[in-house]
Amino acid sequence: MILRDQYITSLASKGERMDKRKVDEFRKIDIELSPIANAEGSARVKMGKTDVIAGVKMGIGEPFPDKQDQGVLMTGAELSPLASPDFESGPPREDAIELARVVDRGIRESGMIDTKKLCIKKGEKVWMVSVDIQIINHDGNLIDCASLAAVAALLNAKMPKLDGDRVEFGTKTSKSLPVTCKPAAVTLSKIGDNLLVDTNVEEEKTAGVRLTVTTKDNGNICALQKSGSETLTAEEVEKAFELSINKGKELRKLLK
Amino acid sequence: MKREDGRKVDEIRPVIIKAGVVPNANGSAMVSFGDTTAIAAVYGPKVLHPRRMQVPDRAYLKTVYNMVPFSTKERCRPGPSRRSKEICKVTRHALEPAVFLEEFPKAGIEVYIDVIEANAGTRTAGINAASVALADAGVPMKGLVASVAAGKIGNEYVLDLAGKEEEETACDMPVAYMPEENKITLLQMDGDLSPKDAKKVMELAIKGCKMLYEMQRKALEDRWVPKVKK
Repeated sequence: MILRDQYITSLASKGERMDKRKVDEFRKIDIELSPIANAEGSARVKMGKTDVIAGVKMGIGEPFPDKQDQGVLMTGAELSPLASPDFESGPPREDAIELARVVDRGIRESGMIDTKKLCIKKGEKVWMVSVDIQIINHDGNLIDCASLAAVAALLNAKMPKLDGDRVEFGTKTSKSLPVTCKPAAVTLSKIGDNLLVDTNVEEEKTAGVRLTVTTKDNGNICALQKSGSETLTAEEVEKAFELSINKGKELRKLLK
Repeated sequence: MKREDGRKVDEIRPVIIKAGVVPNANGSAMVSFGDTTAIAAVYGPKVLHPRRMQVPDRAYLKTVYNMVPFSTKERCRPGPSRRSKEICKVTRHALEPAVFLEEFPKAGIEVYIDVIEANAGTRTAGINAASVALADAGVPMKGLVASVAAGKIGNEYVLDLAGKEEEETACDMPVAYMPEENKITLLQMDGDLSPKDAKKVMELAIKGCKMLYEMQRKALEDRWVPKVKK
């Protein structure tokens, strides 16, 4: 472990990586749309060997008392034990909860979905949109991969047919969700004094701290999350802002 | 700009910090920001159970953040929520850089934070209390961790959001910072802000942390200097 850390750190200090990528280079990203026919929307995103499926399901429910005229958006994530020897079964733990909440924050705070348009009858009936993230194979950078999958799945979703109070699952209309923008999460991991984009599992275990910056199409920042037991300086945070805005543009281009 | 409670934009709510409030604990502290109050207690370093949690070359820092049912306007359900589990994690990450964990291989240092009254800024109050409690327990540290949130209302950058400000602000950015090391240990944000504004908000929060740091020191001095003089 120490050898691995030293090797990865010494490479990073020269601006190099184990797999010959540049420090700010994503692995090959592959987006497959609608892999799950039963979901209202779905996307499978691969970043190198990291493989994530996001599915959107919709139903009808009551709005929150403080948001009577708005639909409800929920994000969940499961780190299935099939995806990595590091994951265990059971209820979601800290890491799964953090993943879901960081993805959720990006989608929610960017205003990607205009939840007011998901209101059917004020105070009584609204659309409930659930985005669920399932990890198929974990090779690092789950947050960016899961965010991209979640956004792609939401863009891909078609509203199901509504018959009075009953949702006719399986009968999709041609109507998409009310989308306003495309948030993109980019996570920078600090190794030595360098900030790396799209770390694999080995790099992730070496990095002591990471910062996820979620940006909107207009370059504004809508969510931040620092994670890891080491520290950042204000200068590093500013550098991360700049990097993530540029890399976010790249990710956005991959979304139709 | 006139704030709801008459504060200046770069003013924190009235702060009370008191060290040594839980006699049973090895170290403890209470921190109030206006109507937000958190109590932190530290137990350890001690033998860590379960044993599988032990780390061979360093202590494991366990942080538990808990909101008490009567702390909120509407009763909050006791026990861990998704929100509190995330806060446990970021609180741990905010404190770990300050503690010489490598001094205590395999041991556990437990930090319990109870929020007894919640009115914005509970995670930052918790981190402030925990940092003072760790120092109060005599756990070797590189420095204190101070924490406060900042935001932007209209064209003004605003420190320590409270009350209605939480709805008015363009962003809510909690920051924890170690003044001695000039390092950020917690950084979160939700909202919608240009990178330039985000930088300004972060700088304001850091300024607030520096003010809190002095108050944390004072609280520790108030508790320990009289005892040393005896």
